[in-house]
Amino acid sequence: MPAQERSTRDAYGQALLELAAADPSVVAVDGDVGSATRAAKLASVHPDRVFNVGMAEQDMILTAAGLALGGKNVYVSSYASFLVGRGYEQIRSAVAIPGLPVKIVGSHCGVTVGEDGASHQMLEDLALMRVFPDMTVLVPADYVSALALLKNAVSSRGPVYVRLGRAPVPDVYADGDEGFLPGGGRVLREGTEVTVCCCGIMVSEALRAAEVLARQNISAEVIDCYSVSPLPVQSILDSVHRTGCCVTAEEHFARGGLGEAVAALVSGAYPVPVKQVAVFDKFGQSGSPAELQEYYGLTASQIVSAAVQAWTMRRR
Amino acid sequence: MSPDVGTPAEHASAVRRDVVRMIGVARSGHLASSLSIVDLLVWLYWEVLSLRTDEPSWEGRDRFVLGKGHGCPALYAVLANRSFFPREELWSYRRLGAMLQGFPEVRRTPGVDAPGGSLGQGLGLANGLALALRERASVPSVFCLVGDGELQEGVFWESAMTSAHFSLDNLVLLVDRDGRQMEGATEDIMSLEPLRDKFLAFGWAVEECDGHDFVSMREALARLGPRHGKPGCIVAHTVLGKGVSFLENDPSGGRMVLGRDSMDKALRELEKGGD
Repeated sequence: MPAQERSTRDAYGQALLELAAADPSVVAVDGDVGSATRAAKLASVHPDRVFNVGMAEQDMILTAAGLALGGKNVYVSSYASFLVGRGYEQIRSAVAIPGLPVKIVGSHCGVTVGEDGASHQMLEDLALMRVFPDMTVLVPADYVSALALLKNAVSSRGPVYVRLGRAPVPDVYADGDEGFLPGGGRVLREGTEVTVCCCGIMVSEALRAAEVLARQNISAEVIDCYSVSPLPVQSILDSVHRTGCCVTAEEHFARGGLGEAVAALVSGAYPVPVKQVAVFDKFGQSGSPAELQEYYGLTASQIVSAAVQAWTMRRR
Repeated sequence: MSPDVGTPAEHASAVRRDVVRMIGVARSGHLASSLSIVDLLVWLYWEVLSLRTDEPSWEGRDRFVLGKGHGCPALYAVLANRSFFPREELWSYRRLGAMLQGFPEVRRTPGVDAPGGSLGQGLGLANGLALALRERASVPSVFCLVGDGELQEGVFWESAMTSAHFSLDNLVLLVDRDGRQMEGATEDIMSLEPLRDKFLAFGWAVEECDGHDFVSMREALARLGPRHGKPGCIVAHTVLGKGVSFLENDPSGGRMVLGRDSMDKALRELEKGGD
């Protein structure tokens, strides 16, 4: 039976509802896209706890930071292109440097935004956010882990960035699974010959790739690296010690994302070949999510090829 | 002098001398921009803001956001003279590991309510604070002091809309209208006038005052009164480098770094002019 499909942004609406019910200090700030980010779900129950500042992402970040200074537990959301892109300097000066525990939630990430095309398909948000000291960067693979990560972020003492998508994605985890924490990863399939570090929509692709690799007698270990910063260091190093090679897979530019983070980690601790599956040197474009995933090579079959290449180069 | 004794003019004079000394010792910092806001800060910290100097994080306190972070020597000197921290800290301003950084940092300095450094961002932070605090039983006020040059930042006007849209009548914005910015006069570089009309059009209550005259400041705040749903703005006309004649007349707009001689000269002038 195919897995149930739900979008990670839907988890945001649900998380806000549950958090707001449990904690009166939880508020949300939105830049007039609440119906798309699902922040509007909270507004429908507690209109006084969602501040829509209009189409003004820079001011949105500052408002969120000010609310945090005033003792609120703040979630701020918009399309990642504009939230992280236009809001970047505000995030740097007013959130990251003072270390305020603002939860920055970027929806509509990656090419699976679909028909809107390049302007709306954020492919560099991880690069921009993971460079900040003490910024937790989270990329859930499905609705269940998104819900848990968004809820667990409420007690973070520093800033958090959570990357969400627009399109429905297959459930990877069982409902009610809440064991997702900053710095964590989840070994979804154990293997001995190639490590696949993946996040977001590429997790279910990696699981499919592992099936194909198994039929070719290559045993792949799949790690959901939902915590891109800090990385699940021990899980990754333990795995590459056993497998001697690694593939990374993400719906992000090859530059600056999970792949480079993993490569930097292993090259400094236990050098093994790392092959990246990611978007190389081009922006997105219009198309259906499925067409775009295929066009940009964000598929199980690309992970299979990369795994075979990495395996032939493996450290013995 | 004990923090609570003395006239506003005496406090201002003491603060100005500390500002000159700390920037002189650090050999770095924005002296003229700091001097122009000393009287406004003295007025706020000795007369207006509800604070507990022995409990800087007291929940019920009024909040202050310094938009023009480069003026922080004046804020630091005020906080030290109000005993938020020992005055000795002033002499390590801008040094490695110092409590008093080149721009205000919330986590490092008791009494600093908001970060600063990137111009144009103070009002947005103040809006967030005002929103967060306005549901308290006894609503604290939020004061935000910005420079005039930074009003050229686009985000400032996004925030100006937000203040009015959310009816933040617990917010008072003070504009340090010295008419100068980095490379010259604001009206030569990017005109701000008619400034009062701009704020009125954005839905604010607006008053003006002489930012070096305590009576004028008090009257402007009194005229703003309870604003019933409107944020309040006071355009404070100031003089860049106020209190040190050769800075007031400095054609470079007060960007000169003070050598030992000019520092002594500035201190002597301030001794004479103040108490």
